[in-house]
Amino acid sequence: MKPAAWFDRRGWSDVIIGVPYAWAIAFVLVPIGIIAALSFAEPVMNSPPYMFPKAWPHLSFGSYERLLSDSVYVRSFGVSLLNASIATVLCLLIGYPMALGLTRVSKAANRVLLMLIVLPFWTSFLLRVYAWIGLMGNNSWFNRLLTGLYNSIVPQAWHLGSIQIMYTNFAVIFVVVYSYLPFMILPLYANLEKLDRTLEEAAMDLGSRPYRVFLDVTLPQSIPGIIAGGLLVFIPTAGELVIPGLVGNMSDPMIGAVISEEFGLNHDWPMAAAISVVLLMVLVVPLMVYTRYQSRAQAGGSA
Amino acid sequence: MRRVSPFLITMMVLGYAYLYVPIISLVVFSFNKSRLVTVWGGFSTVWYARLFENSQILDAAWLSLRLALISATVATILGTMAGIALVRLGRFRGRTLLSGLFTTPLVMPEVLTGVSTLMLFLLTAKWIGWPSRRGFSTLLVAHITFSMTYVTTVITSRLSSMDASIEEAALDLGSAPWQVLRDITLPVISPAILSGWLLAFTISLDDVVITSFTNGPGYNTLPMLVWAKVRLGVTPDINALGSLIVAVVAAGVTVSSIVITRAERRRQRDIAAALAEGT
Repeated sequence: MKPAAWFDRRGWSDVIIGVPYAWAIAFVLVPIGIIAALSFAEPVMNSPPYMFPKAWPHLSFGSYERLLSDSVYVRSFGVSLLNASIATVLCLLIGYPMALGLTRVSKAANRVLLMLIVLPFWTSFLLRVYAWIGLMGNNSWFNRLLTGLYNSIVPQAWHLGSIQIMYTNFAVIFVVVYSYLPFMILPLYANLEKLDRTLEEAAMDLGSRPYRVFLDVTLPQSIPGIIAGGLLVFIPTAGELVIPGLVGNMSDPMIGAVISEEFGLNHDWPMAAAISVVLLMVLVVPLMVYTRYQSRAQAGGSA
Repeated sequence: MRRVSPFLITMMVLGYAYLYVPIISLVVFSFNKSRLVTVWGGFSTVWYARLFENSQILDAAWLSLRLALISATVATILGTMAGIALVRLGRFRGRTLLSGLFTTPLVMPEVLTGVSTLMLFLLTAKWIGWPSRRGFSTLLVAHITFSMTYVTTVITSRLSSMDASIEEAALDLGSAPWQVLRDITLPVISPAILSGWLLAFTISLDDVVITSFTNGPGYNTLPMLVWAKVRLGVTPDINALGSLIVAVVAAGVTVSSIVITRAERRRQRDIAAALAEGT
C-alpha cells in the first residue's frame, strides 16, 4: 500500500487540494472567524453597525454579559435545547422500532420501505411543513379526528369544539419530529443492519425472552447508531428557524429566531454574533462526543 | 425468515402514516374545488390552472432551477476534488483542517451559516466592493458552499470503499497519475458523482434559511416565495405546486435509482468479465 504516492506531490495534486481548500477558507472559515471576532465588538449606529473599543484590549464583552444576564436570551436557549431534547427522544422512540422493523422484513419490502423513508427528504421541506399547517388548523379533518378521539375519552365537562394545535410549542415539536424522523431512522438502520444476528438467535435459543434479548443484546450494540441519529436530529432542531416561525408561538421564540431578529431587525451584529458563538459551543460538545464514538467504532470495526 | 413481531409492524404502520398522511392530504386537496385547504368541496383542477397563470411562481421556479443547476455542478466539481484530496492524496499539510471545513457546514445549524455568510458579504462589499448588490452571485456562492460538503461526504464514502489496488497496479505499470484519475478513478466513482450532484441539486432547490439571508431584493427562489405565501395563510395553489413537486421528485428518484443501479451492475459485470479474461 502506498496511498501517499498515488499522485506526485507537485502540480496536479496541488490543484486538487488547493481549489476546494481556497473556497472553503473563503466561505466557511472566514465567516466563522468574522462571527467570532464581531462577538467582541460593540454595536453602534453606523454602517457596518459595530466598532471595537479604542482602549486596550480592543475587545468588549458587553454582548456576552447581556446574553447571560438578560432572561430573554437564557430563556430562548432553554426553550431551544428543551425542544431539541424532546424531539430527539420522540424521534428515537418512533424511529427505533421502524429501523428495527426494516431489518426484519423481506428484501423486496426492505427496498421499497427504505425508499419511502428517503422520499419525503427529497420533496420540499417547506411544503411538508405547509401540509401540516393545513392539517393542524382548527377546521381540518385531522383536527376534528383528534378532537373526536379526545372528546370520546374525557368526561363531558372537558369536551372541546376543536383542539388548538397551531401556534403552540406542541405544534413545533410535532412538525420537527415529522421533518427529522428520516435523519434518525437512516443511521439507526445502517447500524442495526450490520449487527450480527447470530448473537440474538443464540440468546433466544438459550431461553431469553424477546425483550431481554433486545435490552441485553440489540440495544447496547446500536448505541453508535442512536448517537449518530440523535445528533442529526438534535443539532438542526436546536437552531431551527422555519418551523417555529410558521407553526410556533412567537412570543416564546427559539434561539434561531432570536439570532435572526438581533441581526436583521435590531442591527445588533455583536449580539447576533455572540449568541451564534454560544450556540456553536453548546452544539460542539455533543459533536465531539459523536466523533469520538465514531472513531472508536471505526477502530473497533477494523480490529 | 423469522416473523416480524406485531409490535414492530404496528409501529411501522403508524410511522409511515405519520410520514405520508400530510403528503397524501396535500395531493388530495390540490384537486379540491373549494378555497378551503382541508374541507372537501368537489373535484377540480382549477388550482393547477391558476398555478400556470401565476408568472411570479413561474419566475421563481425558473430562478430556483437555474441556481440549482449551476450550483450543483460547481459544488460537484469542488466536492469531488475535496473528496479525492481527502481519501487518495495521503497525509498532506492541512488535511485535518480541510476535512474539518468540509464537515462544518453539515453540522452547523443553518441559521448560523446564513448569518455568518451574510456578514461576510456585507463586509466584503464594504472592503473590496464585491458583492455590490446581493442577488444571483451571492446566492450561487452560498448554495455552492453548503452543497459541496454533501457531495464530499458521498465521494469520500465511495472512495474509501473502493479497492485502491487497481489504481496502484496502473501506476506500477507506468501510467501517469492524471491518466489513472481519468481512466480508473473517475469512471469507477461516477455513480457516486451522479448521486452527489443529485443531492446537491435537491438541497439547493429546497433551501430556505440560507437563501433568506443571502438573497437580494427581486431574487425570490421558489421556497422563498412559498415561505412568503405560507406566512399569509394556506391557499390551494400551493397544494397544487406541492403535488407537482412530489410527482417530479418521485419520477426523478425512480429514474435515477434505475440509472445508478444499472451503472453499478455494468461495473460489476465489467469487473467479472475482466477477471474471467485474466484467468
